[in-house]
Amino acid sequence: QTLRLICTTTAVQRKNVGASGPEKYTEAFIKKQIEEFNLGKRHLANMMGEDPETFTQEDIDRAIAYLFPSGLFDKQARPMMKHPTEIFPEQRKIQWGEDGRPFHFLFYTGKQSYYSLMHETYEKLLNVEKYQDQLLAQGLPLQKEKRNLAGSRWLTKIELEEMLLEKLSDDDYSRFIQLLQKLVALPCADMEEKYIQKFSKEVPVQLQKVVIEPLQYDERGVAFSTGEGKRKTARATAVVYDNGTGKITVNGIDILHYFPVLQDREQLLFPFQFLDRIGKHDMVCTVSGGGRSAQAGAIRLASAKALRSFVTEKEVEFMRQAGLLTVDPRVKERKKPGQEGPRRKFTWKKR
Amino acid sequence: QLDHGCALHTASKDCLSAVSSQDVPAERPRAVFHTSESDPAKHSEHHEGRLYNIPLEEVKAVFPHGLPYRFQQQIKTFNEARVMVRRPALELLAYLKGSNFSHPAVRYVIYGERGTGKTMTLCHVVHYCSRQGWLVLHVPDAHLWVKNCKELLQSSYNKDRLDQPLQASAWLKNFKTSNERFLGEIKTQKKYMWGRRESTEEGRPLAEVVEQGLARVRSASDAMGVVLRELKRQSHRGSFRLLVAVDGVNALWGRTTLRREDKSPVSPGELTLVHNLRKMVMNDWSGGAIVTTLSQTGSLFKPSSAYTPQELLGKEGFDALDPFVPIPVPNYSPREFESCYGYYLERRWLQHEKARTEDGKAELRFLSGSNPRQLDRLAGPL
Repeated sequence: QTLRLICTTTAVQRKNVGASGPEKYTEAFIKKQIEEFNLGKRHLANMMGEDPETFTQEDIDRAIAYLFPSGLFDKQARPMMKHPTEIFPEQRKIQWGEDGRPFHFLFYTGKQSYYSLMHETYEKLLNVEKYQDQLLAQGLPLQKEKRNLAGSRWLTKIELEEMLLEKLSDDDYSRFIQLLQKLVALPCADMEEKYIQKFSKEVPVQLQKVVIEPLQYDERGVAFSTGEGKRKTARATAVVYDNGTGKITVNGIDILHYFPVLQDREQLLFPFQFLDRIGKHDMVCTVSGGGRSAQAGAIRLASAKALRSFVTEKEVEFMRQAGLLTVDPRVKERKKPGQEGPRRKFTWKKR
Repeated sequence: QLDHGCALHTASKDCLSAVSSQDVPAERPRAVFHTSESDPAKHSEHHEGRLYNIPLEEVKAVFPHGLPYRFQQQIKTFNEARVMVRRPALELLAYLKGSNFSHPAVRYVIYGERGTGKTMTLCHVVHYCSRQGWLVLHVPDAHLWVKNCKELLQSSYNKDRLDQPLQASAWLKNFKTSNERFLGEIKTQKKYMWGRRESTEEGRPLAEVVEQGLARVRSASDAMGVVLRELKRQSHRGSFRLLVAVDGVNALWGRTTLRREDKSPVSPGELTLVHNLRKMVMNDWSGGAIVTTLSQTGSLFKPSSAYTPQELLGKEGFDALDPFVPIPVPNYSPREFESCYGYYLERRWLQHEKARTEDGKAELRFLSGSNPRQLDRLAGPL
């Protein structure tokens, strides 16, 4: 079984500069950079009128963003002032002494840190097995506490390369991961927990369950709920009241007057018609921005979100599948230089 | 007293004798929305929300001009004219029934949002009055006189004013159709000169004046002026009742799109037709009533959200029409909506299968906002 990286994020696909070659920056250079950084930090604190002693990295970022405002989209391209260790990537120091003799015993394998890591991990594995045999010999039961593998993942190949400051091949990486998995699979792996944690990462909780707000009651005792929606540049908020006659008011104006076009009124009708609640609710909305269609779409989304509180979970699922609860991501595409519009090119002339 | 009874036309006498005044709903569900009560005089609260039928001959006699275009198309499609009895109309009819005709004429202004049924209310009242035997002066749309006029002549009667021969002759023709029997009975009280050679002596029937206007198109506007003046003078005598029904009365005091040959704008007061009509709408005569409608759709230079008398009439018009009885016309009530929907369904106007379900009805109600015009336009393609 070979482990393959199926999908990686752009951040992870960065080139690992540290593992590429021998030193590019000398140690003395790095030290000088650090001194300059600290001095500059104090100067900056002085300039901003703050206390140099308690000037944190966040303050530095804010100050730089204020002094050098930039409209560039890529955050990495904007001016930044960070500690040199974050800017200059870590690199391997020279691994042999003055007499030319290498420090590490595995230097001549070519991937010294990788093989030393493999050796270490295998040593841990052997220790665990020995401990297991001891327990079996004593007749004590083996601990069977399974680690929770659901919320964690192994380091990716690039992260491992960064850690070892060496280039790895896919095959090497997969062998290392297999070894780790074998170690974890043993029952008494708890004693090496700390070692294993060095190579695993927490996966953030991805399932954000959308919380459906409960109904609120106003002074007259009528149940109501609010929702917000947007479409293109229009933003809308809707308040849906229960026990109504189906009257809808937008910005204080009746929908017949605000939306003279039938198409917009049909958009507003859609959530209520889907839930068969056309004449049962009243609605008061406010909307701003966008055009006629965008405002209608925004109100539709807002009313669908507000109606979630009145309706069972199954129907919420139906609404979601019908597309009533999703924000429409389509916005106006940017015009590119060298073209007349976002897609339209200039008239092609043969000569 | 001239005896008119309920007969307008020799043919319509037969229809009326066949009309039964009972209102018991028959076993067929069609009667829930309809009432067989064809005489507006007998309409009352429990007829509210129902549709009543006007025989087609009566339609041609009473309404040669005056029904909205879409309603005329509906009559042609369904082969019958069904008008809904609504509360504002009933209110107006009650006022008219109880009004004292020795007092100066009361002015009623029907107003409301676009498409709520003001013109139809006016037509209902006109039908009632013509059934009762009144003389009906129906101006279908005053806006037609202040815009899109091709010919403007300088008036021979008064040098400052401008004549509109085409519109005047069209109106005279329709007036003749609707009020034929009166024209023979009312006599002129003064001698009128049409140009140098023709004149109408005192004591001649009004029909001659109308013929004169139709024959000599140049003097049509003056003929109309004469007709109006005579009617105003003689209405207080009590031999007949006069109803002045003007649709789009806010045109009389607004602005016009017409220009003279030297491109200077014309104000409505300088048009003979408008001038005479303004005099009719004044309440300095007795023996009748003045029912008017405000209309935003044909009005010039007014925002589309304006519908109150103040906005549409402007200061001048409001002062001129003050005091008046305002009658607002709202959108359909739930009951009226049900009956209109039921009528369309019954005449198989709504062909879509979903339109027959309850959901379809709720959808139509939502999308049209219970506005009669919107509902009519929505139901068209279905």
